[in-house]
Amino acid sequence: MLHTVIEKNSYQDSIVLMLLTNYLETLDGVNNVQVMMGTPANKDIFKTGGLATDELEAATPNDMVIVLDVDNEDLIDDVVKKAKTYLDEQSSGNDDDASGEERVKTWDKALEVAKDAPVALISVPGVYAASEVEKALDAGKNVFCFSDNVTIEDEARLKQMAHEKGLLLMGPDCGTGIANGLPLAFANRVRKGSIGIVGASGTGIQEVTAIIHKMGEGVTNAIGTGGRDLKAQVQGITFKDSIALLDQDPDVKVIVAISKPPAKEVRDDAVDLLRAAKKPVVAIFLGEKPEAHEKGLYRAYTLEETAKIAVGLLHGQEPTGHEDVAVKVPDVTLQPQQKYIKGYYSGGTLAYEAATLMNNTLGLHAENGVDGSILKKDGYEVLDLGDDVFTQGRPHPMIDATKRKEMMVSAGKDPETAAILLDIVLGYGTTDDMAGDLKDTIIKVKADAKAEGRELPVIATIVGTDMDPQDYSQQQKTLESAGVILCENNAQAVKTALAIVGHPVEEKPLPILPEQPSNVKMPAVSDKLKEMLTATRFLNIGLESFADAINESGGSAVQFDWKPIAGGNVELQKALLFLSKVDLKVGV
Amino acid sequence: MVYKSIDEANQAVVSKIIAGSPFLLDVVPAMDVIDEFKHGKVLLHAGPPITYDKMIDPVQGACIGAAMFEGWADNEDDARKLMESGEVTLIPCHHVDAVGPMGGITSAHMPLVVVENRTDGNRAYCTMNEGIGAVLRFGANGPEVIDRLRWMRDVLGPVLSKALQKREPLNVNVLIAKAIAMGDEFHQRNIAASLAFLKEMSPSIVALDIDQKDKEDVIQFLADTDQFFLNIMMASAKSVMDGARQIQEGTIVTAMCRNGYEFGIRIAGMGDEWFTGPVNTPHGLYFSGFSEDDASPDMGDSAITETFGVGGFAMIAAPAVTRFVGTGGFFDALHTSEDMTEITTASNPNFPIPTWDFRGISIGIDARKVVETGILPVINTGIANKKAGLGQIGAGTVNPPMEAFEKAVLAYAKKLGFEE
Repeated sequence: MLHTVIEKNSYQDSIVLMLLTNYLETLDGVNNVQVMMGTPANKDIFKTGGLATDELEAATPNDMVIVLDVDNEDLIDDVVKKAKTYLDEQSSGNDDDASGEERVKTWDKALEVAKDAPVALISVPGVYAASEVEKALDAGKNVFCFSDNVTIEDEARLKQMAHEKGLLLMGPDCGTGIANGLPLAFANRVRKGSIGIVGASGTGIQEVTAIIHKMGEGVTNAIGTGGRDLKAQVQGITFKDSIALLDQDPDVKVIVAISKPPAKEVRDDAVDLLRAAKKPVVAIFLGEKPEAHEKGLYRAYTLEETAKIAVGLLHGQEPTGHEDVAVKVPDVTLQPQQKYIKGYYSGGTLAYEAATLMNNTLGLHAENGVDGSILKKDGYEVLDLGDDVFTQGRPHPMIDATKRKEMMVSAGKDPETAAILLDIVLGYGTTDDMAGDLKDTIIKVKADAKAEGRELPVIATIVGTDMDPQDYSQQQKTLESAGVILCENNAQAVKTALAIVGHPVEEKPLPILPEQPSNVKMPAVSDKLKEMLTATRFLNIGLESFADAINESGGSAVQFDWKPIAGGNVELQKALLFLSKVDLKVGV
Repeated sequence: MVYKSIDEANQAVVSKIIAGSPFLLDVVPAMDVIDEFKHGKVLLHAGPPITYDKMIDPVQGACIGAAMFEGWADNEDDARKLMESGEVTLIPCHHVDAVGPMGGITSAHMPLVVVENRTDGNRAYCTMNEGIGAVLRFGANGPEVIDRLRWMRDVLGPVLSKALQKREPLNVNVLIAKAIAMGDEFHQRNIAASLAFLKEMSPSIVALDIDQKDKEDVIQFLADTDQFFLNIMMASAKSVMDGARQIQEGTIVTAMCRNGYEFGIRIAGMGDEWFTGPVNTPHGLYFSGFSEDDASPDMGDSAITETFGVGGFAMIAAPAVTRFVGTGGFFDALHTSEDMTEITTASNPNFPIPTWDFRGISIGIDARKVVETGILPVINTGIANKKAGLGQIGAGTVNPPMEAFEKAVLAYAKKLGFEE
C-alpha cells in the first residue's frame, strides 16, 4: 500500500535524498520507497518507479516528498522519523578521512609531494625492490628497504651507489629502525635519547631499544643495515656510514653496534672503525662469546648486557661485569625425565640469542641450525618461527599464534620437556593481543602436564615498552594470569630456563684492555645523510601500515600506493620506455 | 612543427588547450553547418564508429525518434525498418566537428550551438539540452519528445540565434571561470553556468521583437533546464581539443567518447584514429526501483568535458555532487581529483577551483601515464535505462577501458619505430 508524506518547504539536495532513499529501502517492512523534491520531472520519476499517488500531485518543487510502500501503516511514523534523523546526521557532516592525508600513486607525484622527505621506506615485492630503491636514491632520498629477495649483487651495487651520493641504504630486508624517534616498519616506540644504534638484526634492535627505554634512557636513531651488510660482497658499506653518522651526531653520547659476526674479510675494518669512533661504543657480535673489552670499545655477550653497558657508559660508568642481574630461580620441581628446553620464537635474533646461551652453557657444540631450526640437539630445540620455512602461506608468528600453539601443545605432551620459552614482541606491525591469543594454550599445556604429574614452566619475555600501541601492562597481566614465569628480557628468560634445568649461566667479568690503535679513518658524512637524523617527513612506498605508524607517532608520511608499471605487462613497459626516450626529430 | 621529445610535444598540446578561447556564436540548423547532411539520409551518433545493429536499445530508440522527427517515417515500426534497412548513413559526431550527449543522435533539422575557438579558428557543434525526463538522448521517442524537438527547431533555436546576433558572441571561458567558483564541474552539475547563461542571454531575448509567448516559453525552458550549459560546454571543449590536436605529435588524449558498445579515445600523435575497448557500466546512485541491472552501458560524447579537464577531473569543484563518487563525501572527491593529477600534464590557470585551494583544473591526459599507473580517468555521467525511452535512472561515475589506452600507446610507439 502506497503512502505519501509531504514535508512542506523542506529543501534537500537531490543526492542527499537519493542516499536517504537507499537507506530507507534497507528498513524492515519497507517494500519500496522514494524521496525526492516535488518537481514536475521528479513526479514523472515517481510514476516510472510505480510510486504514483494522488497526494503527490499536490507537492510543489519546494516540498520534500516521501512515497512509501509499506504493508503496516504503523511503520510510517517510524520511517519519517528515521528519515529526519538521517538528514540531521548528514548535515552535521562526517569526520571520516578529514585528516588531509597525503596519498600518491606515481613517482612523479611522490617526488613532488614528498620533496622535503629525506627518507623513503620501500616495501614493494622483492622483484621490483632494486629498481625502486635506485629511483629513490636517484631522487636524493636515503632509503629504508623492508623488501627482501634482492640479490646480494644488487645490494652491493646499490649501497655503493648510495655511498657515492652521500646517502644511506638501510636494508634490503631491513625489518626495523627508528629515525628521529619515529618507528620505521616493525619497531617499538621508545623515548628519544642519547644512545645511537646501528644494527644488522631486527629483533636485536627491538630488544636493545626496549631495554634501554625500560631503564629510563632513550634512542633517537636506530639504523638497520640489513642482515648481509657485513658480508664480504657488501663490505659493510651501510654499517660504516652509519657509525660515522652517529659519531658526528652531537646528540649521540654512546654508540651501540649489533651484528652477527662480520665476514673475515670485513671484520678488521669494521672493528677498527668502531675503535676510531670518538664516542664509546658497545658492540655485540651475536653468537660470539667476547673475551675482553677495550677502552672505548666494549663487548657484550647478550642483548641485555648490550643495553645495560650502554646505559652505564651514558652515566659515565664502565662495565663492571655484573650488568646481568643474577636470575631468581623459580621454585619448580621437575621430574627426572624432564631435561630439555624448547624455545618457540617469533623474533629471529631472540631465537639466536637463546640458542647461543644454551649451546655455550650446556656445551652442546651444536652446529648452526638451518631452516628456522636455530638449535636442535638431543631434545633441546630453539625455533625461529618467523623463518620462511614456517611462514609459507601463513602470517608471521608476531601476528598469528597458530604455529606456536601447535608447537607448544606437542612439546607439552613430551614428558622430557623441562621448560618452554616464548617471546611476545610488541610494537608496530605486530598483533594487538598476542598474550591473549596464547593464553588458553599456555593454561591447557600446563594443566595437561600437571594431570600427568609434571610441572611444566612456561617462561616468556615481552619485547616492548609502555609507549607501544599495545597495552604493555595488560599483556603482562594476561601472561601472569596464565601462570607464565615472566622475565625482564630474553637473556633473563633463557638463563631462568637454564637454571631450572640445573645449568645456571656463569657470569665472569671481562678484563678491560687499553685502547687499541685504529688504522681507519671515519668516512665523511654528507648533509643529506645528516638530514636523516632529524627527519619528520617520510615517503612510504608500499605497505600502508608503515605510514600509519609514522603518522601516529607524530611524524608525517606520504603514502605511495605503489603498483608495478603497466600492471606488470612487459611489452607495454618496453613501449613506455621507448616513448620516454624517443627523439621525435629522428624518429619521424 | 618539430618537437624533440614526447614531453615537449605534449607540452605544446597542453599550451594550446590553455590558450583555447571558445565563443558561442550562434544556434543554427545542423544542415547549415555540416555538409554531410546534404547527402541523403544521415544521422550523427556519439562515440566511435558503429553500425545500427550494434547500437544498444536507447541509441536505437533515439535513431527512431530522429527518423520520425525528420519525417522519414510517421510511426515507430516504419522508422525501425528504415534504420534496419541501412538506408540511413551513420556518422560519428566527432567526424564532423560535433559532439552529442548520451546517444548523441543528431539529424539535419536539429538546431546546434556553434562555438568557435578563436585561438585556432576552428568551430564545433552540439545539439541543445532537452531537459530531463523523457528525452531523445536517453532513447525516448514518444510524441512529447518529438514535439519538444520541433519546438526547439522552430522556437528555441531561432530565438537564441536572434538573441546572440543582438549581442557580442558569448565568451565561454568567462562563464566557465565564474561557474567553477560557484560549484559546477560541468558534467554532473551545470546549474551555476546555466543560470549565468540565462543571465547573459535574457536581456537580449526580452528585447527581441517576437511573439510574447515564444519569449516566455524560451525563458521558462532555460530557467527549468539545469543542465542547459552542458551542451555548450561540450561544444566548447570539443573546439578547444580540436584546436589542440592540430599538433599531431605526442600522447595527450584529444577525445574520449562512447557509443554504448565501445569506448573510443584519440591521442594527438595518432590523429584521427580511434582506439577502442568495450564500454563499462557506470556505478552510482539509482532512483528508487532501479539498480545496476537496469543500467545501460556507458554512452555519449560528453566525456569531452573530462578530456578538457572538467567533469570527473574537477570533481572537487562541485561539493554538491561529490557523493556520486562512491557514496562518500568531500574527501573522496578530493582523492578523485588528486588521482587525476597523476595522469595529466598540467593545470589550467584560467580555471582555478576555490575548494582546491585555487589550483587550476587538471589538463592534458597523458595516455602513457594512464598505462603506466593503471589510474583510469574518472568520468561523471548520467545513467540511462537500458530500455529505450525510460530515460535517466541515476547518475554516477564510469571509467574507460584500459585496453583503449594500451592500444593507443602501443600504436604510437610502433609508428615511431618501436619493435617488440
